[in-house]
Amino acid sequence: MMHKLQGRFRLLTASAAMALAMGVAQPSFADTPKDTLVQAWAIDDIITMDPGEAFEISTAEMTSNTYSLLVRLDLNDTSKVVGDLAESWEVSDDGLTYTFKLKPGMKFASGNPITAEDVAYSFERAVKLDKSPAFILTQFGLTGDNVTEKAKAADDETFVFTVDQPYAPSFVLNCLTATVASVVDKKLVLEHVKSAEPSDTYKYDNDFGNEWLKTGYAGSGPFKLREWRANEAVVLERNDNYYGEQAKLARVIYRHMKESSGQRLALEAGDVDVARNLEPGDYEAVSKNSDLSTTSAAKGTVYYISLNQKNEDLAKPEVREAFKYLVDYDAIGATLIKAIGEIHQTFLPKGVLGALDENPYKLDVAKAKELLAKAGYPDGFSVTMDVRNTQPVTGIAESFQQTLGQAGVKLEIIPGDGKQTLTKYRARNHDMYIGQWGMDYFDPNSNAETFTSNPDNSDEGKVKTLAWRNAWDVPELTQKTKDALLERDSAKRAEIYRGLQKTVLEDSPFVIIFQQTEVAGLRGNVKDYKLGPSFDTNYVWNVSKE
Amino acid sequence: MSLSATERENGRRRARPRKIIAAALQFFVVVATTYLGLLAVTFFIGRVIPIDPVLAVLGDRAPAHVVERTREAMGLNLPLYQQFFIYVRQALSGDFGTSVLTTNPVMTDIRRVFPATIELATLGTLIGALIGVPLGVLAAVRRGSLADQIVRIIGLIGYSVPIFWLALLALLVFYARLRWVAYPGRIDIVYEYSFTPITGFYLFDALWQGQWDVFRDVFRHIILPASLLGYFSLAYISRMTRSFMLNELQQEYIVAARAKGLSEARIIWGHALRNAAVPLVTVIALSYAGLLEGSVLTETVFAWPGLGLYITNSLQNADMNAVLGGTIVIGSVFIGINLLSDLLYRTLDPRTRAR
Repeated sequence: MMHKLQGRFRLLTASAAMALAMGVAQPSFADTPKDTLVQAWAIDDIITMDPGEAFEISTAEMTSNTYSLLVRLDLNDTSKVVGDLAESWEVSDDGLTYTFKLKPGMKFASGNPITAEDVAYSFERAVKLDKSPAFILTQFGLTGDNVTEKAKAADDETFVFTVDQPYAPSFVLNCLTATVASVVDKKLVLEHVKSAEPSDTYKYDNDFGNEWLKTGYAGSGPFKLREWRANEAVVLERNDNYYGEQAKLARVIYRHMKESSGQRLALEAGDVDVARNLEPGDYEAVSKNSDLSTTSAAKGTVYYISLNQKNEDLAKPEVREAFKYLVDYDAIGATLIKAIGEIHQTFLPKGVLGALDENPYKLDVAKAKELLAKAGYPDGFSVTMDVRNTQPVTGIAESFQQTLGQAGVKLEIIPGDGKQTLTKYRARNHDMYIGQWGMDYFDPNSNAETFTSNPDNSDEGKVKTLAWRNAWDVPELTQKTKDALLERDSAKRAEIYRGLQKTVLEDSPFVIIFQQTEVAGLRGNVKDYKLGPSFDTNYVWNVSKE
Repeated sequence: MSLSATERENGRRRARPRKIIAAALQFFVVVATTYLGLLAVTFFIGRVIPIDPVLAVLGDRAPAHVVERTREAMGLNLPLYQQFFIYVRQALSGDFGTSVLTTNPVMTDIRRVFPATIELATLGTLIGALIGVPLGVLAAVRRGSLADQIVRIIGLIGYSVPIFWLALLALLVFYARLRWVAYPGRIDIVYEYSFTPITGFYLFDALWQGQWDVFRDVFRHIILPASLLGYFSLAYISRMTRSFMLNELQQEYIVAARAKGLSEARIIWGHALRNAAVPLVTVIALSYAGLLEGSVLTETVFAWPGLGLYITNSLQNADMNAVLGGTIVIGSVFIGINLLSDLLYRTLDPRTRAR
């Protein structure tokens, strides 16, 4: 009887094994198609594809590859800009009027001609929609009421932009390289405009195509957006109507993959061409693999620890200075941020106008103890730090905890989810916080404004800069930051920022630790893949495959 | 006598619809309160977590006036109970709100991600049940033998090994080394443009359209994550089968059957398993419902665009409309599957049928 049973089991197991083997037996090596670049990247931050609204890291890359701008950053010298749609531009003597001449005969992906009218409409809708990135334009005095006057087409090929103060031209032009200034196809957008009910908070009778553009596309870049499926994929296709040199690839697919080791496996197997979220261990393995290569670029994001000045202990200047001597920069640089960052102690990232490349601080416990004693804490004190539970910040926090301990300061780490710690930080309820700041647009003011300006330090303060969040009340620096915007001589302007960085380095409650490096692992046959100095300069149109 | 018998019969006939209506009403009340409770708990937890939902929508860089405007537009400045009331009222009219992350209506999103999870969970449960039940029977019949020990160890590993780790290991072996399976996602990008899914169940769609190469590709993508999920439900199902079977095999009717001279196979498969099948159905159904919630870790590792990933991502970003919508769907799934297993009970167990 057992015999029979065994027979039955054998049959069962055999059929189960057969079922498993069906269709999986033959190994196949499915390389990605030659004309398609497949990138594995965590793209779950995308919430909209409308260039007037998008302000996320992933969308910066998609928008800059699919839309055109008046001017773009000059990748050979990132303190300058070059024309994209604009053939030339002039600044009036009073520094208030910028006149852009467009290149002739350009078309949108739709086939519609690109005119100054489209540029004006793009500015108008960005300002009137007033979404997160709109401030990059409205800081020049644009409002919903005056935008059609201040940003307008003189004729089909001439766009005139009027600013409210004689700003440094470098500042104005740098801001125009931001994705919010992308030019949309007015005619196409108007076909998809939805009417809206004017209200107290929104004065206009239509949505400027915002709803449609969230997933739609109306641009003229080397690539066009074919589709975005949230948490799944973004697909770009070559724009055959592009006015410049055609993109080499027919298609670029961003596939949402969150996990570093998964990305590495798929890269090794050839199912993706580029892996974008490799952690140090996986990155190292990829760099050792002869079928693969790697590339990296310093990005405009700095990581820092900040000391809330509402905490009396942390408000003492000696304590602020002591803490800068209590970070083990060398060890962090050699281990925790190896390949994904480099030690950088000033608030302007390398490559930006006026960036100061000075790292004067080293771990020096004796010196820190001396300073703490001077501040009245010979035996240290206790303090907390909010740390979001991701690397490398957790590792850095633990290292800091240990080095603080050597000087008698007892640090309690409060771990939390990213949005949770940020909510607390923005409410100024922290003692210390470890975070990062990425540039909103490629100009020194983007970081200067947040680190050295705090117009209203009261709890009701509306401008929640990093200085405000840490209750660092610095009216003088705030004024200096403002003045820098009006310095029209670039060399002198750079000098002001160097001065600001020195002050922050010496006296601020910010312990700036490192500048982020973006890395990517590549298949061996991927050619000319380059990461740019910012997230909106990761261009893919020169990339090709062998 | 005969007249009164007919009358009684008539009375019963009249009473039956009333009974059914009462039962239906009772069912409806239970379901409604379940939903309301589910919604209330999720809603209030979602509102008390220390994350500012506006931050999730706008990110860290939005200027203050944009934050204010958005807070108002999202109705977050109203008292909690009013927010809840508004939500329930809209939900009743079929409007579950818009996800702030994807900007789609929540139910559109769920219709998109749920089939991916259902397909995976169904295949996983099939694998789990088809292998788990025979293994459990084997372990029970050969109690204490080597086979029993092996099944025990298989189950133990299934219980205790983190799925995340096992998934990566399986990827390393079957994908990276042996190249038996495909990765990542549900389908190779080559087919991304030649294949238009209709129902969202790719295996079914490919079969329906007669695209065999697509079917093969989809199968190669799904088989590894489904096997892993299958393995974990197998661990549970085989242990439960074993204990149900042991229970049945000690019953007197088994002794009677043996005395009658029935073959052992008939006794085990035809009698003991048939009786054990009744509670087993619940076990399998619950394990299926568990998988339908979406296995977050499996979906993360395999880049599987399913419900688990969707809800987790929404939760981390305080995208409460999406979380609530997902909760309702999962709640409905549990209620539905419980109903279904109740119905199955009736077909499997004559005693539970109405007398």
